[in-house]
Amino acid sequence: MQKLTLLDGQKFQITIQRLCRQLIENHNDFSDSVVIGIQPRGIYLGRRIAAELNQILGKPVMQGDLDITFYRDDFRRRETPLVPNQTRIDFIVEGKKVILMDDVLWTGRTIRAAMDAVLAFGRPAKVELLTLVDRRYSRHLPVTADYVGIEVDSIASQKVVVSWKETDAEDRVVLLSENA
Amino acid sequence: MAGLSTRHLLGIKDINRKDIELIFETADTFKSVINRPIKKVPSLRDVTIANIFFENSTRTRLSFELAERRLSADTLNFAASSSSVSKGETLVDTVNNILAMKVDMVVMRHPYAGAGVFLSKHVKAQIVNAGDGAHEHPTQALLDAFSIREKYGDVAGKKVVIVGDILHSRVALSNILCLKQLGAEVMVCGPTTLIPKYIASLGVKVEHNLIKALNWCDVANMLRIQLERQDIKYFPSLREYTMLFGLNKQILDNLDKEITIMHPGPINRGVEITSDVADSKQSIILDQVENGVAVRMAVLYLLAGQA
Repeated sequence: MQKLTLLDGQKFQITIQRLCRQLIENHNDFSDSVVIGIQPRGIYLGRRIAAELNQILGKPVMQGDLDITFYRDDFRRRETPLVPNQTRIDFIVEGKKVILMDDVLWTGRTIRAAMDAVLAFGRPAKVELLTLVDRRYSRHLPVTADYVGIEVDSIASQKVVVSWKETDAEDRVVLLSENA
Repeated sequence: MAGLSTRHLLGIKDINRKDIELIFETADTFKSVINRPIKKVPSLRDVTIANIFFENSTRTRLSFELAERRLSADTLNFAASSSSVSKGETLVDTVNNILAMKVDMVVMRHPYAGAGVFLSKHVKAQIVNAGDGAHEHPTQALLDAFSIREKYGDVAGKKVVIVGDILHSRVALSNILCLKQLGAEVMVCGPTTLIPKYIASLGVKVEHNLIKALNWCDVANMLRIQLERQDIKYFPSLREYTMLFGLNKQILDNLDKEITIMHPGPINRGVEITSDVADSKQSIILDQVENGVAVRMAVLYLLAGQA
């Protein structure tokens, strides 16, 4: 297995900060905007972005975790049932500008499910998408992100793995390829 | 994580502790779903479920039906009293005719013990037992244990007394099996005539004095007297039963601790439990009803996922 590091160290931190600045350009003081990370791995991105925004804005940003298990389109097409993660959204979504966050945007199916899931909480004024890694040219559905950390051109057999300090001891994005 | 160890839910005796914990974890999520503005998820939109009830039921059927609809399944309701069963059709023929309409899952209540097991051997669909005679009622036991877990954080180590007509109750047997698997201590309490002879072999204590039982327990699950399933008189009168085994506010107030009151419903108010107890803060009867939908959603979801 070949490993290619796409993002780590200071570059990783700068990317997060750049995404926060782009968000502030469009959402000002975040009084009508909320940040929602998609379970399981998007919640680390959502929490990290929210923490950075809190620091920059000097006030807390509304942040939640969204589980999309029940909205996925591959249920009953797998060997075993999908076991849900926790959803934690303790604010009103109705009328808010929602920024969905996931670590990797690949086929777009997760985002389709996330949009369905978030609509179950109310009717947001707007839904945007932020992703740390955009695997271009691999979409199954017409989904595009509003904010992108890095873009990667990869083939289906390759894997993009995002590690987070919170759980994996380091911030890093790696592209894994099988040896030729 | 792996799914359930079974393709059908026929009884608590067929599932293990891991299955029960998986059902509870999934039910936790469904409980949050049914408290959202939109209480429905699309998970089972390609599943058709037939609710086949050979015995009257309102509460369980409604709970299953709501669970199915909240999972976006298509549902068929079949009541045996108004069907060809009354013309002499067999159980397998009846169900196979329904399955020919491309039904994936059957929720069945039947007056005879083992009807679900029998059916599971003769038809392709997955079977959920919604009560078979005086044998098992697995989803009721799961929702009861789920409600105790919700109240106390854990079922292990809790002392639960099941009071009343143990002999004719499918809830009692499933409850005993479920609570024991989860590490609770279980006692049964009732008149000698309504306690099965070999019940202690299931590892439960037996007590015939209600006050002693209540002083021992953390949770009292008060069962309904199953008059419809009694072919002979098991006690002299309902009045005498109420005097000896009925729970009222005065008894509760005289205990030196606060216990939790449960009842699988429907309540015979003033017989096994008085209105002021049923409606008191110590009662979690309505929580049981709410949890019933979440637990049944979890069971149907997990079974459908391994069809």
